[in-house]
Amino acid sequence: MPDTHTPTAPTASRVRLGSNAGQPMTRRDGVAKVTGSATYAADNRPSDLLHAVFASAGIARGRVSHMDVDAAKSHPGVVKVLTPQNCPSLEIDPDAKPHAFSWRIEVLQNDSVRYAGQPIALVVAETLEAATEGARLLSPTYEEQPVRIGFDGDAPYDPPAIGIGSAPSFTKGDIDAGHASAEYSTETSIETPIQYHNAMETHAIVAEWNGDRLTLDTPNQAIVMARGMFAGYFGLPPENVTLRSPYLGGGFGSKAVPIGPQLLAILAARMLKRPVKLALRRDQMFGPVLHRGATRQTLKLGTDADGRLTALEHHSTGVTSSFDEFIEPAANASHNLYASPAIVTRHKAVRADIGTPGPMRAPGEASGSAALEIAMDIAAEAAGLDPLEFRLRNYAETDPASGKPFSSKALRECYAAAAKQFSWASRPRAPGQMRDDVGRLVGWGMGSCLFPNPMFPAQARAVLRRDGTALVETAGADMGQGAWTALAQIAADGVGLPADRIEFRSGTSDLPDGGIAGGSGHTASAGGALYAAGSDVIAKLAGLATNDPASPLFGAGNVGVAARNGRLFRADDETRSERYEDILARAGLDEIEGAGSGGRDPANAEARAMFSHGAVFAEVTIDPDLYQIRVSRLVGAFAAGRIINPKLAKSQLTGGMIWGVGFALHEEGLHDTRTGRPMNADLAGYHVPVNADVPSVEALIIDEEDPYVNPLGIKGVGEIGITGTVGAIANAVWHATGARIKSFPIHIDALLR
Amino acid sequence: MKSFDYIRPATLEEAIAAGSQPGASYLAGGTNLLDLMKVDVARPDRIVDITRLPGLDRTEMHDDGTIRIGALVRNADLARDKAFAAACPAVAEALLSGASPQLRNAATVGGNLMQQTRCAYFYDPHSACNRRQQGTGCDALGGDTRNHAVLGWSDSCIATHPSDFCVPLTALDAVVEIEGPEGPRDAPLSRFYSLPDEAAPGGVDLAHGELITALRLPSDAASFAGHARYLKLRERTSYAFAIVSAAAMLRMEGGVIAEARIALGGVAARPWRSVIAEERLRDAAPSADLFVEAAEAVLQGAEPSGENAFKIELSKRLVIRALQRAAEGTPERMPALPASVFASDTGVSDHA
Repeated sequence: MPDTHTPTAPTASRVRLGSNAGQPMTRRDGVAKVTGSATYAADNRPSDLLHAVFASAGIARGRVSHMDVDAAKSHPGVVKVLTPQNCPSLEIDPDAKPHAFSWRIEVLQNDSVRYAGQPIALVVAETLEAATEGARLLSPTYEEQPVRIGFDGDAPYDPPAIGIGSAPSFTKGDIDAGHASAEYSTETSIETPIQYHNAMETHAIVAEWNGDRLTLDTPNQAIVMARGMFAGYFGLPPENVTLRSPYLGGGFGSKAVPIGPQLLAILAARMLKRPVKLALRRDQMFGPVLHRGATRQTLKLGTDADGRLTALEHHSTGVTSSFDEFIEPAANASHNLYASPAIVTRHKAVRADIGTPGPMRAPGEASGSAALEIAMDIAAEAAGLDPLEFRLRNYAETDPASGKPFSSKALRECYAAAAKQFSWASRPRAPGQMRDDVGRLVGWGMGSCLFPNPMFPAQARAVLRRDGTALVETAGADMGQGAWTALAQIAADGVGLPADRIEFRSGTSDLPDGGIAGGSGHTASAGGALYAAGSDVIAKLAGLATNDPASPLFGAGNVGVAARNGRLFRADDETRSERYEDILARAGLDEIEGAGSGGRDPANAEARAMFSHGAVFAEVTIDPDLYQIRVSRLVGAFAAGRIINPKLAKSQLTGGMIWGVGFALHEEGLHDTRTGRPMNADLAGYHVPVNADVPSVEALIIDEEDPYVNPLGIKGVGEIGITGTVGAIANAVWHATGARIKSFPIHIDALLR
Repeated sequence: MKSFDYIRPATLEEAIAAGSQPGASYLAGGTNLLDLMKVDVARPDRIVDITRLPGLDRTEMHDDGTIRIGALVRNADLARDKAFAAACPAVAEALLSGASPQLRNAATVGGNLMQQTRCAYFYDPHSACNRRQQGTGCDALGGDTRNHAVLGWSDSCIATHPSDFCVPLTALDAVVEIEGPEGPRDAPLSRFYSLPDEAAPGGVDLAHGELITALRLPSDAASFAGHARYLKLRERTSYAFAIVSAAAMLRMEGGVIAEARIALGGVAARPWRSVIAEERLRDAAPSADLFVEAAEAVLQGAEPSGENAFKIELSKRLVIRALQRAAEGTPERMPALPASVFASDTGVSDHA
């Protein structure tokens, strides 16, 4: 995307932002959220509302042979029972994949069961309780087939693509020569389990039809894109659908694409001509709404006598569903972080009778980094080097995969700052050397963090009003990360106003497309569009002023003007300025409008490799006999371009690091290998960290000016905190105990000896 | 969900009458019953809400040393009751290591005794479970069994009892006071839960309509107060059920163990008290070897019921640790992380 909004600026530079960006502004929606006035999807109660509950399959593979529909229908309050026998078909086959972000979903298109928990019927009733009991009364019976669970249930195959359309393998250099020339050869195998997103807010929808217009209240990370996808399933022009998603109670990648239960609720609302609400129960989050796929990874590293990599080989087998494909692109984590003359990555896939995996916060990077950082630690040990020194010796000055220069890379500064804060220099190299004051084992480990900087097409609109305020809008998605605040800060700077003088609209599909809140690219994408729209309307305002002989800015067109705090200033003489209100009043205009889009200069995109970087240092404390583990300290330092709001950014970074604690020690979706059913489908059984698990976590932000990544110089902070952290914790566990772990999460019994 | 009648009796007599009706369930804190109703494991026709019954929410410390705790005393209130915590510190520590503050504020003493196992197969209506429906079998066998029983199990049932509270209570000879259609009776907690045998999955010694009204601790309970600990190993630092937990309480006289009490949680269908181990410790001076012998005695007969052999070794080590901690003496202040191996040993917060 060319740099349209600052036509005089060269492309290799960062625009100057105003005084709103960079401030640690408290989230603007905070009071609404803590007082309960923020309206999440399931909080909507249109009049005449019906409640829907779907019946979940109790087997993982086979078909439904019978359901007692009469029993469900005769339960008081039940209005409708949808089964494959009477469910209307959609305009698009739910097993088709019309869009790059489409998943094959279940909308009662047939009686087959392909994973436990799959929707097999929908019961709609006057109350939630009646719908719940109606679903139970269906008492389905099944024809079961043997299930395949885990890595060994089926034969591995070569997937055509991994992640969303990425190549399954990569080769650079001569890997055999690299291995042959190695002084030290190390091999590492790691398994990562199924993990479920488990956002605090379960997926929910309220669907209401008005003729051929459809209004959806449902949490979504890609509001305008998803509107189009919903519209497609119902044969509607996108403009007939309004998708409102002002707040998401977490998304983590699971709330970007339509899922079967949402479409069932919409179908039911159309059939019954009444609004329908459907909110998933917690146990229903373990199947139909994506998950992080399990991986089995092997890394082979060759290192020369000086501790420099000669070969980096990373293989990963990902588990996907029997009917669709999302292969965790874990091995790609080895493409862009460490310099090696030879790099080979390869992915295999295995089918299992589970729901289809999908992107989950740091998809590929999280699992891949966990294994890579352990492998690097093992290689460092083989080479007799401190883990940080080893990483510095393999510091990539250019992108290892492409050879391109980085748009910016302050990883060295991250290492230095975090190591200093952590006191890494005092670490003994050998394991089992450190104890706390009561004799518990203590270990220190570290890992490097890397996350790419994708951007998504985004648009915005800005309107300057005669009263000196502005309306700035884009369909952004606030998953809790703070989009309402950070995007408003950028929007305010775009129109040169304090944040409290703009009305910032977001979170609904009737606004310009804010792009996807994913890939850690939302602030860059939507923020870029907001700034561009502001610059556009300011340019129009400047045109009015500089062409008006009555303005103090008359004739300043050539030298330019700057917008600040509701005034335009002559760039070469700041004593000459004028208020927005006065310019508009004299022009006799109530308002003027601008538009803009976000994006990246294609020439820069082609020429540069773009990543956020970081380093995480972890301390674990482990009971010497009982082996319970606690991550007693985490220090991370991150370089991620321009930081719009340091308070929110630190919250994202520490949140990511805490997610890393969960990955390392807690999260694990258990499926019975005989039935395929999830065995811990609640938050008592599916553990995530609690406060006591994170006694000390600190994220440092390293200043980084990136003139290439996009005009605002913004990278992303949403996911990088998970990378690095998982490996750092595993490496710290080794440093405390001498035990190299083989799988995540790290359980007590893996260390017991 | 299934419709049910809601009854809120004003007196104990009315409660027993209502609770004796077919399909009735008593409701107190609801922290387990409501979960069970949501997953269809419990399907009562009528809920008898006993939370407004008078007189069941008091803890009485009697002059003769006995302690009587009303069935409706909330877990959090009991744990923070200074007189009770001073007399029974291991019980208070066990209470504070369970669940979360929100749950402890709701959960009651009687309800804690009545909570069901957390075996995933018990909660999964599609799985066979003798405990849920006798005669259907046990799908936990051969399934995901890391956290299942290593003591007192049979092929009928390999589930564990999840309570922390009941572990030191069992060791202290607590007695359950019960009212019922046939009148009042007492049941020792140590025999309140029956172990599974080849024919039956085990269960609770409470007839339909009977209601727990109080828990009584005998007069010697406080004699262990100086050397009483509860330790709990879990998969995260807080808010998790035990992999294995241990209550160890010693009455010390002149550097010698005059009397010992020891019980394990998370290893069997009931809190696992070991009288043999207690006898081994009696009249002996604390030593590492002694504690190893006691631990071996506690785990006598332990066998894995699946992929959980590690729990046997872990239990032995935990018994040793709990005995060491008890011998060192009860901390002056409740540790910031109660029952945790990460609790500071001085009772001062180590994660301020």
